[in-house]
Formats: sequence, C-alpha cells, structure tokens
Amino acid sequence: MQRRHFLGSTAAAGLAWAAVGRTAFAATGNAPLPGNRRLVVVFLRGAVDGLSVVAPYTEGAYYQQRSSIALARPGQDGGLLDLDEHFGLNPNLAALMPLWQAGKLAFVHASGSPDPTRSHFDAQDYMESGTPGRKGTPDGWLNRLLGAAPAGARASVTRGISVGATLPRIWAGPNPVANIANGARAGKPTQLDRPQVSKAFDALYSGDDAMSRAYRESQQSRAEVNEAMSPAAMDHEQMVANNGAPLPGGFPDDAARLAQLMRRDPNVQIAFLALGGWDTHVNQGGAKGQLANRLQPLGRGLAEFATRLGPAFDDTTVLVISEFGRTARQNGTGGTDHGHGNVMWALGGNIAGGKVYGRWPGVDASALYEGRDLAVTTDFRQVLAGVCMNNLRLPDERLAAVFPGFDGAALNIARA
Amino acid sequence: MGSPSFACPPMTQSTALPMTRRGALAAAIAAIAWRPARAAADGDAAQAEALHVLDRFAFGPAPGDLERVARLGASAWIAEQLHPERLALPAWLVDQLGTLRTPGQTQRELIQGYRDAQREAREARKAETAAPDGTQAPDPAAGERRRQAAEIAYESGAERLLQALASPRQLQEVLVDFWFNHFNVFQGKGLDRVLVESYEREAIRPHVLGRFRAMLGATAKHPAMLFYLDNWLSVAPGFQPRRKPGLFGGGGGKAKAAGGLNENYARELMELHTLGVDGGYTQQDVTELARILTGWTLQPEHPKHRRFGDAMDTSATGHGDSVFAFDPARHDNGSKTWLGRSIPPNGQLEGEFALDVLGRHPATARHVASKLARRFVADEPPPALVDRLALRFLETDGDLREVMQALADSREFRDPRPTKFKTPYQYVLSAVRATGIVTTNVRPLMGQLAQLGQPLYGCQTPDGWHDTEADWLNPNAITQRVNFATALAAGKLPLQRVDEPAMPANNALKAMERQADRAMNGNQPVEGSTPPVDAATLLATLGPAISDKTRRAVENTPPALRAALVLGSPDFMRR
Repeated sequence: MQRRHFLGSTAAAGLAWAAVGRTAFAATGNAPLPGNRRLVVVFLRGAVDGLSVVAPYTEGAYYQQRSSIALARPGQDGGLLDLDEHFGLNPNLAALMPLWQAGKLAFVHASGSPDPTRSHFDAQDYMESGTPGRKGTPDGWLNRLLGAAPAGARASVTRGISVGATLPRIWAGPNPVANIANGARAGKPTQLDRPQVSKAFDALYSGDDAMSRAYRESQQSRAEVNEAMSPAAMDHEQMVANNGAPLPGGFPDDAARLAQLMRRDPNVQIAFLALGGWDTHVNQGGAKGQLANRLQPLGRGLAEFATRLGPAFDDTTVLVISEFGRTARQNGTGGTDHGHGNVMWALGGNIAGGKVYGRWPGVDASALYEGRDLAVTTDFRQVLAGVCMNNLRLPDERLAAVFPGFDGAALNIARA
Repeated sequence: MGSPSFACPPMTQSTALPMTRRGALAAAIAAIAWRPARAAADGDAAQAEALHVLDRFAFGPAPGDLERVARLGASAWIAEQLHPERLALPAWLVDQLGTLRTPGQTQRELIQGYRDAQREAREARKAETAAPDGTQAPDPAAGERRRQAAEIAYESGAERLLQALASPRQLQEVLVDFWFNHFNVFQGKGLDRVLVESYEREAIRPHVLGRFRAMLGATAKHPAMLFYLDNWLSVAPGFQPRRKPGLFGGGGGKAKAAGGLNENYARELMELHTLGVDGGYTQQDVTELARILTGWTLQPEHPKHRRFGDAMDTSATGHGDSVFAFDPARHDNGSKTWLGRSIPPNGQLEGEFALDVLGRHPATARHVASKLARRFVADEPPPALVDRLALRFLETDGDLREVMQALADSREFRDPRPTKFKTPYQYVLSAVRATGIVTTNVRPLMGQLAQLGQPLYGCQTPDGWHDTEADWLNPNAITQRVNFATALAAGKLPLQRVDEPAMPANNALKAMERQADRAMNGNQPVEGSTPPVDAATLLATLGPAISDKTRRAVENTPPALRAALVLGSPDFMRR
C-alpha cells in the first residue's frame, strides 16, 4: 500500500489515526534517504536592512552614512561580531556564530534583483515568481521547483510545506502544497477529525475542482503533520533539544515546529516561512532598538531550527531572503528608506560557509546605485540557481523550468 | 441542472459550461432587462438576481432578504443602497452601538490616553527595576489604562462587525471594508492601536459614496495614517525642533535632534492610494512629493498649549477635533519638480495641490476602477469594464456613487455566476448573516478571522489584503472554514455572550483565538451560545446559492450536521 493512500484512510478513521500512524512511521523509517536534499526558504517581508545584518565595518563611508544607526566595530560595546576582518555580523544574531565558525553559514552580499523597483509589493512578487520585471508569470519558483525536482518515492502532499494561514505567491502553481497554521494550532484536532463530520464533507468535496483538491490535500497532509507533531513526539523532541525549556512565541516557535516536522516526516522536501516587520523607516536603532528586536528571535529561531533538525541539517539548505535592501544613508527619522542591494543568507551542512560571497561594490557615495543604495552585483537568481543545482542536485537541464529566462551564471556556494 | 462543477469559468464562455442552479439561470437573466421581476414565472430568475446583488453589494442574504430583494427588484434595491442615509438602522443595533465608548472620544483624548498608558507602563517597569522583590505594589491605574487600550481595540472590531452583520446599509458596509483596505493602516503599530476606530469613522465611512478626493484628503490628514506611514516625522532636511521630539516615546533608538525626509508615505500615496505602481512616476517624484508633504504632522496637545498656530485646514473631520496640523517650520520651502510640474513654495497648499493632481489623475482613475472591478466582478477584471469605470471616475471628478452606479449598470456585473471566492471576512460574515443569529459578541468572529489569516485591522503592510482566489484558496483554509461552519451551525460560538470575562490587555487577539478554539472544539455548552441552526430555514434563506448536489448530500446526512454541511459547502465559499 502506498503511504499517501494509507494516510488517507487513517485520516478518514478520525482520531484513531494517532496510534495507527505511529506504526506507519516505523515501517517507513525515520532516517532521511540518501540524496534527500531539502530546502527551507525564509522570506523577510518589508526589506530587511542588509547593511545592518552584515556590515562593512572597515569602511569609513559606512559610519559616515549612518551617524546614529551604524553598528560599532568588533570588540567595542555592542559591537559587530567579526566575520572576515572586513564584514561583521549584527550582535543580535550571535546565536548564529557557532554555525559560521563551523562553516555552515554563508552570506552573499550586494545581491538582489536586476529590476530597479522600490515597491515592496512588486519586488516581492518578482522574488517569488523568480522572474524579475515580468508580472504576468502565473506561478512561483518554489512550486516550479516541486515540479522540476524528481520526487521519486517521496510523492506526497507534504512534499511542499508552507507555514501560515495562506499560501504566498512563491507557491502558486499546479503542484500541491500543504500549509500548516502558525504557532501551537498546527497539529491540533479539528471538527474534521470526527469521522461523521469528515464523512459528510468528503462527499461534497469529491470533485476535480480547485476547492475539492484543496480539501483532499488538507485531509491527507493533516494526518501526516499531526502524526509528526503529536504531543508525545513534541515532548520527546523538546527534552532532547531544549532541555525542557518552553519555547518563546513567534518565529523560534514556528521554526522549531517545522524542524520537528521535517525530522519526523521524511516526505517534507521544501518548506517556506515568511516573517514581517522589517520596514524600518523610523527609529531603526543599532545594537539595540526595533531592528535588533526583530533580528534576535530570527537568529535564535534559525539556530534552534539547525539544532532540532539534527543530522538532517547536513542535507538541508536554509535560505533567508528579502525583497530589496535599504538606503545606504539613514533618513531624516533615524531609519532607512527603500533601497536596492541586500544580503542573502545561506545555512546548512552542505553550504561552503564561513565566507561572505559576492563582489562587494562598497558604500562610498560614488559606488552607490542611483547615488543612494547598495548596488546589486549578484542577481538573486544566481544564488537560487546555484542552490538548486549544487545543494539540491537538481539536474542542469531542469533549471530553465524553475527560472525561465534566466541565463546568468549560477553561484556555487555548496560544500564540495 | 445541478452538475458538480464549481470551477470559476471565464465569463465569455457561458454556453459550453456545466452549470450550477444559479449558473443555469444566467442566460435567462441576461435575456431579461435589469428591472423588477414581473410575475411568478420570473420568480426563479428574480431570486437568482436578488442572490447575486446580495452576494456582491451585501455580505450575502440574511433570512428573508432574498424574498425582499426579489419583490423590490434588484435595481430598486441598489438605488436604495446607494443612499444609505435614507435607510434607518434597527433600534437594537443603535442600542448596541450606543454601548461602545470609543466613538464618543476625540482624536486628542484617544492619543492622550495612549500616551498616559505608555508613560505609566514605563514607570511601572522602572519601579519594578527599583524594587525587584516586589515591595512596591504595581500601580493599579497603569493596568487600567492598558485595559482601556485593549477595549478600544475590541470596540473598533465590534463597531465594524456589528454593522457589517446587521446594518440594512449593506453596500456601505461592503465599501467601508473595501476603502479601509485601499487606504490600509495597521492596528498593531503603536498609536494606531487606539486610532483605527476614529480613522474608519472619520476618514473612510463618510466618503465611501462621496468624492474620492475628499477621502484622499481625510486619510492624508488623519493621525492614524500620518503615524502609520511616518509622515508626521518627515521634515525639511536639517530642521531643528524647538523642544525634544519623541511625543510617543519611540521603539528603542531615540529620534535624532536634527531630522530630515522620510519618503514612506509619499511613495505609498502614489503607488497604492492613487496612481498605481505602473502610474508613471519615478524615484525623483517620490522624493519630491515627500518634500512637498513635509510639515504635515499631528499636534495632539490641547490647542492652548500648541507650539504653533491652528492648521490652515481643520476640515479633515466633521467635528473639528482633528489633531492634524501643518507646521511651516518643518516644511521644506524650496521649489520642487514633481510629475513634470514645477511647484513653487506655497506651504500646505503645495500638498493640497498634489492631492488635487493625484485625485483626478487618469492613472488613479484606472487604478481605482480596476480594484473595484476585481472586488465586485472578477479576479481578472474585464478591461472594457475597467475602461468604463475609469471614464466615469474622470467624468464625475471622482464621484464614487456615480462610479458604483456605473458598475451596477454594467453587463459584466450583472452576470450572475458566482465567480469570486470569498475572502475570510466575506465568508465569516455571510455565514453568520445566513444563520440569522443576532450577534452581540463579535469576539469569536475576530478570533476566527485571525485564524483564517485575515485578522481585522491586522494587515501589517499598506497594500491591504489581496482580493483573489489565488490569495485565499488553500488546503488549510478549507479545513478552517469547515471547522468554523460546523461550530457555528451547532450553535457553539458564544455570539450572544453578555458578560465577557476580562481579556488580557497585552494579547487580546490571541486570547480571542484561544477562546474560539475552545468553544469550537469543546464538548461543553458555552455561555452565550445559540440554538443549533435549522437546515431547512437556512436552505430557504440561501435559495439558489446552494446547488442540487449539495442539497442531495444534505438530505443524506444526519440532521445534526445538515446546517454545517450547507455553510461548509463549496457553493457557499463563492459569491
């Protein structure tokens, strides 16, 4: 019996699935299969200020442009954490330094979109469709990746997992994607776990239309997700990974849950989370303040994710992306306005980390794009294409299906 | 009749499609004129027509609505709806709204209360640091202030949802949702926690069938928008405040003594509120518009304590309570070049001129027309309809009543097929309306909206919620909707609860979500819950909205689940 069919029938059996499902897992085995490469994309919506994430602390221009928000040099009070004697990491991301030191964290600086838009919404649209400058693209690149990457025995509605109540643009397309609620609601029982309720609704959602498909995908994926995130399993994981300490809410919570799900459900191959609140036009702050307060849980959550994933982290790539960077100069209200170039982050056991990639154009006034923003020297698709080919092992000839119209050189940041 | 397809076909291919009950009537309706149905022979068509306008210009039919609108005729009903001031609110609703305390407060009082709460919270933190062993009791007044802020946040939702559910001025309520979303502000950002109610009541609601330029000006001057998109802080480069800024504390870093431009509002004003992202402006135009709008700020101190004279324009609100102020000292007095025009120094009038230009710009007309067509007709707005609505907008100098009339008169609008997938907001409201439950406690609904990914006043970004099937149809959404429908139909939601237990002030929304969860999934009856919904009455209320296929499935289901099946059916997900 195929796994998805088995789970479909356990879902129909309602709450009884929990006990039975455990056996199903034992039969499949927990260990990730060889070659089971996985990708997690974290989208920072609102344009994170990349120059405050990875800052060029040896350049006087950086301090001149940002009189009140620049981060102090390494070693000073609230100073940057040195990366390579030129760039420093925001001290609020200290939780990531062990990954950097282990060579599992890399950055690509001055990366971004070839399209000049400073509209959040167009820029996000382009980064999610993977086709900058083209609005008509109907699907998102993660959905195309689902279609292009060989699924093999892993064909499952949970192959693509999105965290959140809605499916963002990056998932648009014909391949099924499951979404799970933020926070503790993921994995909670619902009315549809009562057999007489699901039986009644199954009959209504039996067609081949979009709603019926969504309904059936939800029924199947919930069975799988609920199994992986059952309270018993959670308790065990928490004891191992967190010494029993309760999780803070928000991103660290969601990241930890996702790690648990990915660790226990080997069908999950591509996952996506989005995090808002990066549009810091006013009182952005430096080592402390609004941006610091956003970065801290992000760093903690990513580190937590890596820990909880355990050995599976070696086959996983986590990408942190944002639609564009912010002005090199701080504005009149202690913040930064919409800019251009930014920094992309990559974490994972198969990342050739401990390195800041990309050609660095500098932040001298003369080097700035349109006299105000960090220039883009690496197309974001170069990074995504490189990760698809080298980290996920997507066959070369399928790359064009994921990034149509892209003819640039892929950037290889994978460990050899 | 009664084929199972609920796919959303392009409107031009009507002949070759499998049809729902409602779809089968499309041809017949298209053939008759848009006027009151004449006789019993037209009864089905009149019902379908009534359902259609109730789905698009109202939040779906409540018990008796189909018959009422069918009798009156769709055109006459729309004519009524276009003049909401002529429709009286039921007395019980007026009473309910009368219990809300927020609408009686002025902008100044709301802001003052928020600042007091902030100050007290800071002092409480300080006191805690000073006496970590708890020897100093926390100030009970501080907790009271925070509770008041949480109450204001709840009351904003109550004022909105009570009217959306029960007001006979349904089109107005639909448009309040549309235009608030167009000029979105986020309740989670600082001062806007206490200001969204005032914003909607003063800057949006009075103008939804009025002039676009009036709404544009009212939003530009409302403190909720000035704060949300930061324009209140944007000043001429090098401006030195006469005393310390930071009226509202600030979130961490201190504002610098010398300020400068902030282009946040200027950009979204053109991109989202008026011209649209492809409206033909440049980065230079954004910066120049930001310069034009320097000095548009807020002055919440009492007038006698004001540091500068009365604003030139105090007409932003009906009651003259606006805290909007134009501060000439903060204004950049240089010349500007904007959208190819040369703008000589002229104080506040520069900004007024800019709003005039934007408010009647052809790109604005197209942008507004296409958003209206998307909301009221189809995810892919028919280009001919967009052209017509944009033209009407320009012909009437942005008279939104005329634009809505043109929309209602259009062939595209009249096509009665349910092409739109309901947003969570539309789904939840239409479900409660269909049950006929007289709702006095909207907390379970606010919690439900948050779970469905559309928390009320909770869109963080200025573009507002999106409005297409692709944005809202996903696996989790269907499960959540079915879950909600089942609990609602079983009468499990405490929609009539009188004495609400106190909500924690700092995270009331999460508490509402948890409460909704417990009510929906628990087995104990909850105080304030309602009798189970009767399926036969519900089917009569919804008439042709529910297909033969669903009706057959309902008949084959145990009685206790029948109403749930109707509200959770694919038919009811569309409008």
